Amino acid sequence: MKAMRQDRFIVDRGIKYILLVFALISIIVLFLIGFFIFRQSLPALKTIPLGDIFLKTEWRPTMDRFGILAMIVGSVMVTIGSLLLGVPLAIGCAILLAEVAPKPVQEIVRPAVQLLGGIPSVIFGLFGMVVLVPLVRQIKVAGNTGFGLLSASIVLAIMILPTITTIAEDAIRAVPESFRNGSLALGATKWQTITQVVLPSARSGIVAAIILGVGRALGETMAMIMVIGNSVIMPKPLNGNPFTIWLRQARTLTGSIATEINYAAPTHESMLFVIGVVLFILIMIVNVIARSIIRSNKN
Amino acid sequence: MRRLTLFAVLMIAAMILGACAQPAKAPTQASEAATAPAGAKANISIAGSTTVQPLAEKLAGEYMKTTQNVMIDVKGGGSGVGVKSAADGTAMIGMASRKLSDEEKTAHPDLVATVIARDGIALIVHPDVKIENLTLDQARDIFMGKITNWKELGGDDQMIVLVSREEGSGTRTAFQEMVMKKDKDGNENLIADTAILQSSNGAILTTVSSTPYSLGYLSMGYLDATVKALKINDVPANEENAANGSYPVVRPLNFLTKGEPTGIAKAFVDWILSDAGQTIVKADGYIAAK
Repeated sequence: MKAMRQDRFIVDRGIKYILLVFALISIIVLFLIGFFIFRQSLPALKTIPLGDIFLKTEWRPTMDRFGILAMIVGSVMVTIGSLLLGVPLAIGCAILLAEVAPKPVQEIVRPAVQLLGGIPSVIFGLFGMVVLVPLVRQIKVAGNTGFGLLSASIVLAIMILPTITTIAEDAIRAVPESFRNGSLALGATKWQTITQVVLPSARSGIVAAIILGVGRALGETMAMIMVIGNSVIMPKPLNGNPFTIWLRQARTLTGSIATEINYAAPTHESMLFVIGVVLFILIMIVNVIARSIIRSNKN
Repeated sequence: MRRLTLFAVLMIAAMILGACAQPAKAPTQASEAATAPAGAKANISIAGSTTVQPLAEKLAGEYMKTTQNVMIDVKGGGSGVGVKSAADGTAMIGMASRKLSDEEKTAHPDLVATVIARDGIALIVHPDVKIENLTLDQARDIFMGKITNWKELGGDDQMIVLVSREEGSGTRTAFQEMVMKKDKDGNENLIADTAILQSSNGAILTTVSSTPYSLGYLSMGYLDATVKALKINDVPANEENAANGSYPVVRPLNFLTKGEPTGIAKAFVDWILSDAGQTIVKADGYIAAK
């Protein structure tokens, strides 16, 4: 009897260590990736002055010109564009799911949104290329090809929708029922309750949802390659109207790595790893901000 | 928050560790193949251009069916890698979808290029475009951004939408060499940076066929009815004209070896240049070597 009980404890302790190993593996992999991309980027960082990399916009690897500023701007702009379009949609959707919609509607909308999150990005790209790009091209501006920041932002807005909606909905649901009841009891309407009480209480969760959306947007590759046009140029308006800047083609950081790694000669290849490091750091900053917002609000 | 900071510090430490470590030797695609122990089978390692790669893989597959005891290993990497790995011996055969540049010839005088097939590059436009023919000079001026409207060539008053391949692509390099060329000071005439870039022949085809007033270029083997191939200097773009030399934009697909091919490599190259090999080349949509 006693021996059997000890066996059980051995298994118990064993499982604990096995799970620890599993957890460690994912951390080790993360560190290895960071280590590896940094090491591969070194030859370029050593031979090319940092100013030439980060402050110049001309990218002609075959002629040893490696300015990535235009790509950084491209990535940032398309991310901002997707947030402008996607965040109101996603928050609206989350409010509907958490506060407004009756059960049957929720049960249709929620799986639909989640399904959207499961669609491979190349499918979004294909949709963008054959449906969205021709639509955007209908905007009559000289030089508008349909490929560019606007098409890319729309595609990306759809892609970050599920991420933001799901997390924001959880945050809204986590607001205690007593808050709502108190607000309603004071005579506030349902809409006033949502905007004045529920949303402010769920603010940290919603901000975290948006920032995770930013992370997703920065990292998106395949769909962007297919709709953004990939020209390495600083986006500037096509004519006097500043909004036409969104019709300009651009290049994202991720897109450069994906399209060029197959051909890259040594310095060029190492330079693509520098882009990887830039992405890595950007994503880390985004995640640190998201987590610190969640934590600071909890305290 | 403290745990998070700790994590971030650890991450940065890992990166610094990476920075302090010896820089990695630039990975050469073919290095494993070259150092692989010769077992019972003799090994031919091939590396280089991704344009030649599918053809080389096909040829290797067929060759291994008929020839015992030969293992052929085909890897990509791009024409530049093909030149380099043939020159430093990491691959027995390098592939290049363009001629060797003068610098490459000076740096590696012992490299021998064997043309195993040829491939035409077609200028394609959206079917909307009324133009049928361009001269090479016109094509160059358009891609340089000097001519920006079809009107200037006798077409509709519409902006020309340029579609090009990404930097480093063998097709782009060949196009640069044969159409863009260099100015009289020896600087390359650059393709306008406003061109839409797509990263494969297939994506170029989709983009041009769906974008009104667009102009692009691709490997002739990819032509289909969704786009219109332009004549160049009044010569229609087809395999016959490319084969007889009248079509001006034809590039060689090369196998590069250090010195003349010898031993099993020679047997493989000879087989490719034989009727059996060239039949496969033609069936795959390329032009025979001779």
